[in-house]
Amino acid sequence: MRKRKKIVLAFTGFILAVLYLFPFYIMLVNSFKTKRQLFLDILGLPDSFNFDNYVLAWKRLDYLKVFLNSLIITVVSIAIILIFSSMAGWMLERTKTKLSNFIFFFFIAAMLIPFQSVMLPLIRIMGKLNFLNMPGIIFMYLGFGSSLSIFLYHGFLKTVPKSLDEAAIIDGCNCLQTYWYIIFPILKPISITVAILNSAWIWNDYLLPSLVINREATHTIPLRIFFFFGEYTKQWNLAMAGLVLAIIPVIVFYFLSQKYIIKSFVEGSIK
Amino acid sequence: MNKNKLMFWIFIGPCLLAFIVVVIIPLIFGIYYSFTDWNGINADVNCVGIVNYLKLLNDKHFIQSFIFTLKFTIVSVALINITGFLLALLVTGGLKINNLLRTVFFMPNLIGGLILGFIWQFIFINAFTSLGEITGQTWLMGWLSSNKTSFWGLVILMVWQMSGYVMVIYIAAIQGIPKELLEAAKMDGANAWHRLKNIILPLVRPAFTISFFLTLSNSFKLYDQNLSLTDGGPARSSEMLAMNIYNTAFSFMKFGEAQAKAVIFLFIVGIFTLSQVYISKKSEVEM
Repeated sequence: MRKRKKIVLAFTGFILAVLYLFPFYIMLVNSFKTKRQLFLDILGLPDSFNFDNYVLAWKRLDYLKVFLNSLIITVVSIAIILIFSSMAGWMLERTKTKLSNFIFFFFIAAMLIPFQSVMLPLIRIMGKLNFLNMPGIIFMYLGFGSSLSIFLYHGFLKTVPKSLDEAAIIDGCNCLQTYWYIIFPILKPISITVAILNSAWIWNDYLLPSLVINREATHTIPLRIFFFFGEYTKQWNLAMAGLVLAIIPVIVFYFLSQKYIIKSFVEGSIK
Repeated sequence: MNKNKLMFWIFIGPCLLAFIVVVIIPLIFGIYYSFTDWNGINADVNCVGIVNYLKLLNDKHFIQSFIFTLKFTIVSVALINITGFLLALLVTGGLKINNLLRTVFFMPNLIGGLILGFIWQFIFINAFTSLGEITGQTWLMGWLSSNKTSFWGLVILMVWQMSGYVMVIYIAAIQGIPKELLEAAKMDGANAWHRLKNIILPLVRPAFTISFFLTLSNSFKLYDQNLSLTDGGPARSSEMLAMNIYNTAFSFMKFGEAQAKAVIFLFIVGIFTLSQVYISKKSEVEM
């Protein structure tokens, strides 16, 4: 009886997994087909695995360049978010004044504000500051990312005893040294969470780059994919190859650090 | 200013500056612009009172997109959570392939909404038609070309993408239930259904609160998937609120009106999410 139940469960799981993977399968097999083959048969495997579509999509996307743009924007934004929001989270947690509480509350309440509500004035202001470029977008990611990040650091720091800071001060560390040598290393587990959660949305973000980045040379992957797909809706095989290229970095990252990723998403939502 | 105070501002300064410039100032300006005739091009804007808000009442597309968004949110929040919860039950059932299943179910969640929408556009338009031809099921034909299929297309996409996300939240909650409790109930003769209804469901209530919050705000604010899957079509029938705001500004150059919509949008999102959290919190049980 118990065994039969397990078999039924495993079978259901298997079917569901196939169903969940179906979109990836369709995308992958069609990325190898010629236009003619795709027209004749969409569900089947390709006749041969030729990489012509990939070569062409790579060129048209200017893949290496847009990949590097995405990478630079994401990595620099994350580095800045990690440092500045852990600094702010630490200060806000350790300072028990009305002002400090108010600022913290301010950051948290803003998590409810939808991007669309501030989008139009934001672009106008950024335009005036001459900030519609890469440094500008990184600055904006700090602004939008700091609420959740400070919140997570703040929560984690409640479990870090204050005596640690005090000991460092007695030993002659100043504030900056205490932060850099004592606090920041202790924060490593939560820093991983903050980094993963922020990179997930920054890497995939389309709307903000589409409003801010107007030079082709600084396009990110989602932005370039948008134009690329619009151009090739009649050539689905090429479009599929482009989508596969766009997804590969995320999938590689997922398989390398799956454990951390799932843990971060759970932590980020439960806190 | 003493040294401590200076340090306080140095440490929170960078975040606070970015936050104020990027979120707070645009928010305040946004409210102001919603009372003006701003068109995105002219430098000078004139105050026009509440005209923009009055226009919304007669804006057929805005009302339509509001209703569409509302319907979509209700349906997708329900389906995402039911699917996610069932997946979590399945994956915590002690199978050998659990880790693999979890990996697969969670995967779509990491990929950007824009790309997922494009993949599904191909599936709905081409793969569905192909499947329909093979099996003779005509309901598989012509997806995304009618109001109904673009609605369900968006729902399917979102369930596929987000059920894995809420699944991991439910898994954490289910694994947090003390084993002895379930064992004891089993000894007392409670069958699987009773254990689910009387022990598991009440104890994972907090996870429901969280997942409802996440899926509600995600569905309500949806933009990328909407853009890449249907682009609001056919004939603006699947245009959701976020897209309606965007188009009002950038397609019709009515920035003032768009900003009035954005302010209303802010209030709706706020009211929805806060009241949901309030209602859910009230019905949680204490352990």
